[in-house]
Amino acid sequence: MSQLQISTTVNGDPVEFLCEPDESLMDVLRDRLGLTGTKEGCGSGDCGACSVTVDGRLVCSCLVLGAEAQGRQIGTIEGMAKGEKLHVLQQKFLEHAALQCGICTPGILVAAEALLKENPDPTETEVRYWLAGNLCRCTGYDKIIRAVMDAATEMRGA
Amino acid sequence: MPLDAQHDNHTREFKVVGTRPVRPDGLDKVTGRARYGADMSLPGMIFGEIVRANHAHAKIVKIDTSAAEALSGVHAVVTRADFPAQSDGMVDILDHCMADGEVLYDGHAVAAVAASSKALARKAAALIKVEYEVLPHVTDVDEAAKPGAPLVKQGIESNIVATHEFGHGDVEKGFTEAEVIVERSYTTEATHQGYIEPHACVATLGGDGVADIWCCTQGHFMVRNTCAAIMGMNASQIRVTASEIGGGFGGKTTVYIEPTALALSKKAGRPVKIVMNREDVFRASGPTASSSIDIKIGAKKDGTLVAGQATLRYQGGAWGGSIVDFGAMAAFACYDMPNVKAVGIDVLANRPKLAAYRAPSAPMAAFAVESAVNEMCDELGMDPLDFRLKNCARAGTKSSYGPTYGEIGLEATLEAAKAHPHWSAPLPEGQGRGIACGFWFNFGGQTSSSLNINEDGTVGLSVGTPDIGGSRAAMCQMAAEALGIPYEKVRAIVADTASLGYNDVTDGSRTTFASGLAVINSANQAVERLCERAAQTWDIPAEAVEWKDGAAHPAGANAGNFEPLSLDELAANSGSTGGPISGHCEINADGAGVSFGTHICDAEVDKETGRTTITRYTVIQDAGKAIHPDYVEGQFQGGAVQGIGWALNEEYIYGEDGRLQNAGFLDYRIPVASDLPMIDTQILEIPNPGHPYGVRGVGETPIVPPLAAVAHAITGSCGQRMRAIPMSPPKVLAAIKAAS
Ligand code: FES
Ligand code: FES
Repeated sequence: MSQLQISTTVNGDPVEFLCEPDESLMDVLRDRLGLTGTKEGCGSGDCGACSVTVDGRLVCSCLVLGAEAQGRQIGTIEGMAKGEKLHVLQQKFLEHAALQCGICTPGILVAAEALLKENPDPTETEVRYWLAGNLCRCTGYDKIIRAVMDAATEMRGA
Repeated sequence: MPLDAQHDNHTREFKVVGTRPVRPDGLDKVTGRARYGADMSLPGMIFGEIVRANHAHAKIVKIDTSAAEALSGVHAVVTRADFPAQSDGMVDILDHCMADGEVLYDGHAVAAVAASSKALARKAAALIKVEYEVLPHVTDVDEAAKPGAPLVKQGIESNIVATHEFGHGDVEKGFTEAEVIVERSYTTEATHQGYIEPHACVATLGGDGVADIWCCTQGHFMVRNTCAAIMGMNASQIRVTASEIGGGFGGKTTVYIEPTALALSKKAGRPVKIVMNREDVFRASGPTASSSIDIKIGAKKDGTLVAGQATLRYQGGAWGGSIVDFGAMAAFACYDMPNVKAVGIDVLANRPKLAAYRAPSAPMAAFAVESAVNEMCDELGMDPLDFRLKNCARAGTKSSYGPTYGEIGLEATLEAAKAHPHWSAPLPEGQGRGIACGFWFNFGGQTSSSLNINEDGTVGLSVGTPDIGGSRAAMCQMAAEALGIPYEKVRAIVADTASLGYNDVTDGSRTTFASGLAVINSANQAVERLCERAAQTWDIPAEAVEWKDGAAHPAGANAGNFEPLSLDELAANSGSTGGPISGHCEINADGAGVSFGTHICDAEVDKETGRTTITRYTVIQDAGKAIHPDYVEGQFQGGAVQGIGWALNEEYIYGEDGRLQNAGFLDYRIPVASDLPMIDTQILEIPNPGHPYGVRGVGETPIVPPLAAVAHAITGSCGQRMRAIPMSPPKVLAAIKAAS
């Protein structure tokens, strides 16, 4: 099988890469583009650690082919802060100690950002169901939910 | 300052300890920059893949690696023959990493390859042909313990490998004095730690015999020593760097892939990276024991416990070491009883070798004992909190496992539970409320740390215990507290194995206690040196200098009249007053201070489906002293939720064929955000006299009470007593149907 040449945009930067036809977007990001902020917890769509956005839509990058990135806008955790300035969600995760080991954190931040774009004023239950695809084994979710709710409040006020 | 052993820490006032600063590794972790096990790459690196057996028990007749070796891009193939012969000690660990002629569990590694890409490595692995002779197997603990059960491996005569007994008094006599006796049996299935980051490592072993390993582990010194012993190398030849670690909970306190990566690297002459996939994490790493437990307790009509007896059978895989002894020791640890006996029986089964999981062995024992206690309360018509307050262990109680307790916080957690609004809140129709207590020993252990005062007055701190949930923040806080400087001036790193003395693994809730103790001692030693420099500057004896608020002061009027010298000034002048200033500490820490907690759980069972929803949950625990309360609360919440998962859903399911049927997060269901309510926490602080700031480990105990607390709440909601964990919807539904 010969490799495919793909042109895409990652966090606003134009990017070209070669990949195998059956290679996942997660592997491309991590192994070919050095964007290791996207994590692999399962490789089967069950943990959400690999969450990214494709044209603004939240996906598990382990379930998307690298080749599908052709002509799309890919968003990863590395694109969330603007230079030195953290996104409100990132700031709130630090303030609320919403991470312990932190391996789930990039995926949860990407997922939460997608939620707040769609629904700037979610209830606790809505946050819990939106994040139900993002496993965290350390925190019991309590501080994560509080951080997301607090970020939503601040973003609505700003 | 003397390094005193018994600390009067009741009245101490803190400036930094007890505050909630942002953790030092936080920014890297919210921006994706933090580097975990699988995030490392090295020049020339190739990829390893492990070949695993699909049999629960089989003899390896032949391994044919020729087709894999012939594939272009393959650099090395290894089997057990590529490891040096083992003398005792490490042989079990290596056997688990790479089978020695006999496969003992589904997922057992039999060979490995390294190739220039992941895809090629997978292709080569599929080309390795293994011929097996399938042998009889057994995976259930009670089946394995029966006479005549299939033997788990060749060359043994019984699957029962050890028996441990603890207790005091005379239980037979005790039961004759009892007016009410409750006798029940309980079972729990094996669970997995379920850390989201799979095991990963990069290893390089060159022709010069020098090796480097980068890996996610709870103990890089353990990795070094284990790999050195297995590979026949010296400790100094292997340097291990601990990456950021994506969860462990005890499951990363041994090696699974590092020796194999070294063997592949040695053969290939290239750095080799191995990352386990999720399926293999479930099949071949760290589950807990599964258990089967008989409990008998006896009480007077007034609720006085007079005797307790437990027989605990745990299987922890095909190598023994189910650590059932911890279960037997912990079973009755919450109670003051004149007559108590616990027998732990260690049983082999064709399953992966157990690894520690948060308070290892205690949750199962507590499920059985706390459930029996709750049944006893029903028999007596007594409030379960009052019953526990009447019988709980206190300072001076002879514990069920031997020692007499010093200052402990169990009674305080029960009093707090009684006063908690959750306990008195009216229970909505259809819900039940449960309660249970939990205990963990906590450990100290070997620890070494080093602290450097930089010339600009900032501080570099090296610790040797991997930071699994924010411990670097706590280390910086304790160093800042001891030095009297702001938190922001201290930066802590987890140093590699070449940079510090030996450190035990991060486990047993030892890190904030023991590494913290080493950090405080290191800081105190640096303070001594700082005082010496000030004494030298002022030309007075060092004893005449005292350290206050981050500066050296003359101690009293007789010492002389000098302006204080701050740490900044002393650091800036250090080059001309004798060179760099630092402090070190090497200890084998003792006095960890046992820990107790009480949990309250509200739950509602859907009578149509058997599904249980947790509606409210409160954790009350003694932390000794909470260095960073956010992370203490986080430990309480995370541990409780792992316990809830164990109680309600998580289990290893083996088929008739001895193969694991649910090796993935879809079928092994850990709690998700929508399953849970907020988890309320209450931190109590009953200082541990064995630590200068009063710290007790907090991480283990929170997983101990939930199994019984949830079971108790389920009984309240649907009337059924569940004595088998997990209490998954089909089982609860079957119990409801059987009763109606
Ligand atoms: S790695 Fe993609 S969902 Fe787990
Ligand atoms: S913080 Fe460890 S998995 Fe979420």
